[in-house]
Amino acid sequence: MNEDEREPPYLYPDYVGTRLRAPAKPLVSLPEGFHDFPAPLFPRTIAELDHDLTRQHSGEPLGERIIVTGRVLDSDGRPLRNTIVEVWQANAAGRYLDHDDQHPAPLDPNFSGAGRCLTDDEGRYRFITIKPGAYPWKNHRNAWRPAHIHFSLFGSEFRSRLVTQMYFPGDPLMPRDPILQSIPDQAGRERLVSQFDPETTVPEWALAYRWDIVLRGRAATPFEDEP
Amino acid sequence: MSGPLTPSQTVGPFFGVGLPFEKGEQIVAPGSAGVMRIEGQVLDGNGQPVPDALLEIWQPDGRGRYDRAGDGETTGFGRSRTDSEGAFSFLTVKPGAAKAPDGRTQAPHLNVTVFARGLLRHLVTRMYFPDETEANATDPALNLVEPARQETLIAKNCGGVLHFDIRLQGERETVFFAI
Repeated sequence: MNEDEREPPYLYPDYVGTRLRAPAKPLVSLPEGFHDFPAPLFPRTIAELDHDLTRQHSGEPLGERIIVTGRVLDSDGRPLRNTIVEVWQANAAGRYLDHDDQHPAPLDPNFSGAGRCLTDDEGRYRFITIKPGAYPWKNHRNAWRPAHIHFSLFGSEFRSRLVTQMYFPGDPLMPRDPILQSIPDQAGRERLVSQFDPETTVPEWALAYRWDIVLRGRAATPFEDEP
Repeated sequence: MSGPLTPSQTVGPFFGVGLPFEKGEQIVAPGSAGVMRIEGQVLDGNGQPVPDALLEIWQPDGRGRYDRAGDGETTGFGRSRTDSEGAFSFLTVKPGAAKAPDGRTQAPHLNVTVFARGLLRHLVTRMYFPDETEANATDPALNLVEPARQETLIAKNCGGVLHFDIRLQGERETVFFAI
């Protein structure tokens, strides 16, 4: 399987939202190396507590406090240092702080559901948050999204850009979720499922989940740029 | 050799809580030298507005370089979501002409990345400038696109504003590039 065959297709009719939004014409391939240039410089600064979604308000959010951590690597296994990781998620009741979210579950005045951080020298990121709830969506009758956290990463190359979702182990909604099932192979789907991490779990305080992320690197060997 | 990449998933409808940021559409500040406004609409296969798309622009500096050394005025990056009419806008300056890997010069262009509910992977397109007729005619990427579809990649000058619509599917579908 090449890189593309491991990715979800644009058109996946079981996910109704793709039907009118997937391009109908094939993507145009440029010669090797045309997309080999550095990733964007992200203009936002990262504050010290931006990684802690439980400390953005005066009180603590409701729900199960968790630590989500892992490494960001390139496809050769090298850590990506100092790269930005952005996350957003629903609250413990399965509700987003978004005016378009009509799910009749309560908002939590102590939870906004967004965070960001930079990876350290080993490519490691770490967030403190609460476990998001499942929520219904109108894709098909009785459709529910499994609990998930959205991730957005830039990596080092323009080609590295990735927006994806992290799931939780053992969630019975995963086999019924067309968004996760759009990934063609089981191994690919499993790469989006975090693992319970007893070593990182902090006694009397928070369960930990570990999830590593592998980003695309350059397509071609670097060419000599003019000085 | 390629390792097991982490697969993509849609940005979904609720990225508004996490991704857009204040003045994200201002790649340069209003009033900057050479500032231009880009406006457009994202449309679906029925021609209906897409009110929940997120766009990112990434452009090289005035010399056509992405390392952006010595260019402290702007990072060259912009991010903005569409509104209820599917409309978006950016303020930027025309970038320099980037070199292609084979050394040929590319016409000035912006890299435009599209995320939305219903897009399981993001899409990448390019916006070229309508006043660069000669450079566009020899651009190595534009020339790989069938002539009838090239116009989907070139902005239109409407009274000083550059207009660039993104049609995800169907008639006059925007050309998207494999990455």
